[in-house]
Amino acid sequence: MVLPYVPVFSLIGVVVVVVGFVLRINPLLVVTVAGLATGVASGLGPLEVVGAFGKAFITSRYVAIVWLVLPVIGLLEHAGLKERARAVVSQLRAATVTRVLLVYFVIRQITAALGLTSLGGHAQMVRPLIAPMAEGAAENQYGKLPTATRNRIRANAAAVDNIALFFGEDIFIAIGSILLIRGFLDQNGIHVEPTQLAIWAIPTALCAFIIHCTRLLFLDRRLRREVSENAEAA
Amino acid sequence: MITLEHIYWLSGLMMAGVAIVNFRDRSNRRRINNAAFWGIYGITFLIGSRLPDAVNGFLVIAMVLVASIRGLGQGVDLTPAEEREASARRWGNKLFIPALTIPILTVAGTFAFKRFTVNGVALVDVKQVTVIALAIATLVALAVGMLLLRPALSAPIKEARRLLDAVGWAAVLPQMLAALGALFALAGVGNVVSGLAQRWIPLDTPLVVVTTYAVGMAVFTMIMGNAFAAFPVMTAGIGLPLIVQKFGGDPTIMAAIGMLSGFCGTLMTPMAANFNIVPTALLELPDENAVIKVQIPTALILLGANILLMNFLVFRR
Repeated sequence: MVLPYVPVFSLIGVVVVVVGFVLRINPLLVVTVAGLATGVASGLGPLEVVGAFGKAFITSRYVAIVWLVLPVIGLLEHAGLKERARAVVSQLRAATVTRVLLVYFVIRQITAALGLTSLGGHAQMVRPLIAPMAEGAAENQYGKLPTATRNRIRANAAAVDNIALFFGEDIFIAIGSILLIRGFLDQNGIHVEPTQLAIWAIPTALCAFIIHCTRLLFLDRRLRREVSENAEAA
Repeated sequence: MITLEHIYWLSGLMMAGVAIVNFRDRSNRRRINNAAFWGIYGITFLIGSRLPDAVNGFLVIAMVLVASIRGLGQGVDLTPAEEREASARRWGNKLFIPALTIPILTVAGTFAFKRFTVNGVALVDVKQVTVIALAIATLVALAVGMLLLRPALSAPIKEARRLLDAVGWAAVLPQMLAALGALFALAGVGNVVSGLAQRWIPLDTPLVVVTTYAVGMAVFTMIMGNAFAAFPVMTAGIGLPLIVQKFGGDPTIMAAIGMLSGFCGTLMTPMAANFNIVPTALLELPDENAVIKVQIPTALILLGANILLMNFLVFRR
């Protein structure tokens, strides 16, 4: 049997990325070297490689627009926004970390499914509001938190934002991924309806909801154990 | 018409301001490095569109060298916690008004700007409407915050500096990875990977093919950091020829669940830096993989669920 020829050399960039991340070299440096190596492997000259990288960087600038929220978020944090978010939640007797994150998960997934993906986000919502609220609930439950517990709560707040977004947004028909699927299949002579694609995203969305919310239900218990173990150790 | 270019100017001005504040901050031992890093970044926003590609490339390389070889530092924040507590009590729930202005106006703007025209010309570039709406919403929120709190005029840029330095070089990583993805696409990395999969995996039963497609989407997304880059490659290499043509699967169901299998990969990779690495910097977590570690169990179980769902649904006719 004759196997197809595969130009494996163009995978050099992937190798650089994997090795660089494993060795914990500065990721910016790793990505730059991977990009330049990929350019060289695909037969570009030195100046062309730098040019291709520069062009790719410039056309990707839209990714960094989100940092424009920092002046106002910083201003509000300086005036005590996080402390206020924490205080509001600690007045609610019923608030637990699990409940705060469950409520945010549901709101985030439903609004994403309605196309309102910009209602969340790590810089705009998680850092100034959601993480402090979850921490406030935990302080209500357990008093002063060990650093590891506080960090676990924060990481969970960020994860909820991601998971609810990813498995909510595909139910909305005008989202980027649905448009990409449709465009790609059209090029290959297969016509699909965006509404059909959105409908078939629902089973996975429900699974994501069930799986992650079940895990969240165990989070309170885990935090309680962690706090009490820490108290015994101290 | 307001285009992305105007928003880039705004970002460039902010980065330049951050560079200047850093340059004047004697509490940061590496203030020159920070000033150079954010200053060059500001230049790529302000005039990057008009510079030759190679010049931009060298600017990016200079930034990377400053951050990785010289290293970035951080100024000292002198605000005591008690002062913020007191301020929080003083302002109360009014503090939420500017914070919630951002998401609400972004959503409202996304809808409104699509319909808003002056003399038949759209007010904003409709292709970039969400990003532009976000930028405008932050400006309004900033104005509301300034009117409410009445701080010094330089306060917003100093606060932006504090947060941006807390995030550090990770703030630029998502953009770098997007650039790398473009170079991977240029070099045809995707075709190589699907070629390898076809060569080494015995793809002769529907379950094996569905599993290879879904796992391939996840793994490929982990490598590229983006399911959008993985989808065309895996679907052209495995999905369409095998699931649809050979085994008669439904392309709509395959594509919908295939893309979501890719999203499982997004949850597990540092390459998706804006979702997984940036929040660890924003939340000041010492372990840069902390968010990924929380997400991996959900991602793996969900990937398994996707394989089963696709296997049962895609061939059901």
